[in-house]
Amino acid sequence: MQATAHIEFIVAAYAAGVVVVVALIAWVMLDYRLQRRILAELETKGISRRPARESADE
Amino acid sequence: MRISELANPSRFLRAANLAIPWLGGATVIVFAFAIYRAMLAPDDYQQGATVKIMFLHVPSAWLGMLCWGLMTIAALGTLVWRHPLADVTAKAAAPLGAAFTLLCLVTGSLWGRPEWGTYWVWDARLTSELILFLLYLGVIALWRTVEDPSRAARAVAILTLVGAIDLPIIKFSVDWWNTLHQGASVFRLGGSTIDRTILIPLLLMAVAFTLLFVTLLLAAMRNEILRRRVRTLRLLQASAAG
Repeated sequence: MQATAHIEFIVAAYAAGVVVVVALIAWVMLDYRLQRRILAELETKGISRRPARESADE
Repeated sequence: MRISELANPSRFLRAANLAIPWLGGATVIVFAFAIYRAMLAPDDYQQGATVKIMFLHVPSAWLGMLCWGLMTIAALGTLVWRHPLADVTAKAAAPLGAAFTLLCLVTGSLWGRPEWGTYWVWDARLTSELILFLLYLGVIALWRTVEDPSRAARAVAILTLVGAIDLPIIKFSVDWWNTLHQGASVFRLGGSTIDRTILIPLLLMAVAFTLLFVTLLLAAMRNEILRRRVRTLRLLQASAAG
């Protein structure tokens, strides 16, 4: 009886948990894709942190 | 590989790329088992089924504090040892700590309404936890305000060290003041006051949340290192164009 009386609070708490966890995972994954894409674009334009000769030596 | 070798961001990236999939897999498995055990846990004799909110509320509260503790160590790493990954750790950890502290506040509020008859009360535990959340927002805002990462890191490190004062206040608030929030019931002298049928799922959920936190932290640190590389390349691009 007590469980049915308060089930909405339990469901709301677990829904909040799911929202926060999913949001964190999505933020980390989307940010990773974005940074990789920007890095790839910059490197395609020939911009490198090291001189071309040093990069070629590796 | 020694831990000190991970101070090199390139080595850290290689280690993180290896560790993240394994940690993610372990997180999913431990979470599945912990949620299964949590759902099987009996109702509390006084609180009924609302005690199941504890399986989210307590681990998120622990992680909110643990994360600030980690940021405090990172702040020392920035100010004292100038460790290359210290401010990367601090910047990556702040949004995670803010999210877990917010989850703690929301679930606590939803637990408080049926048990206390109110969503919120300005007692010492709840107020000090809210201050922790506001400190996280302050740190995130400071990172965004100062453009140069090394200058921002020093300012954030000082704020983090000052904010660490809130951690013992949160922990001992229920002992120092007369609060509506209950006292310590897991880690206390004389042992836990929680029955094993509820304590074990709670500890499993804490392990699952901690694994999730570590996985997300490593992934966010990896992103931050890549973001700094992007910044360096854009500066090189701008100087070449100028």
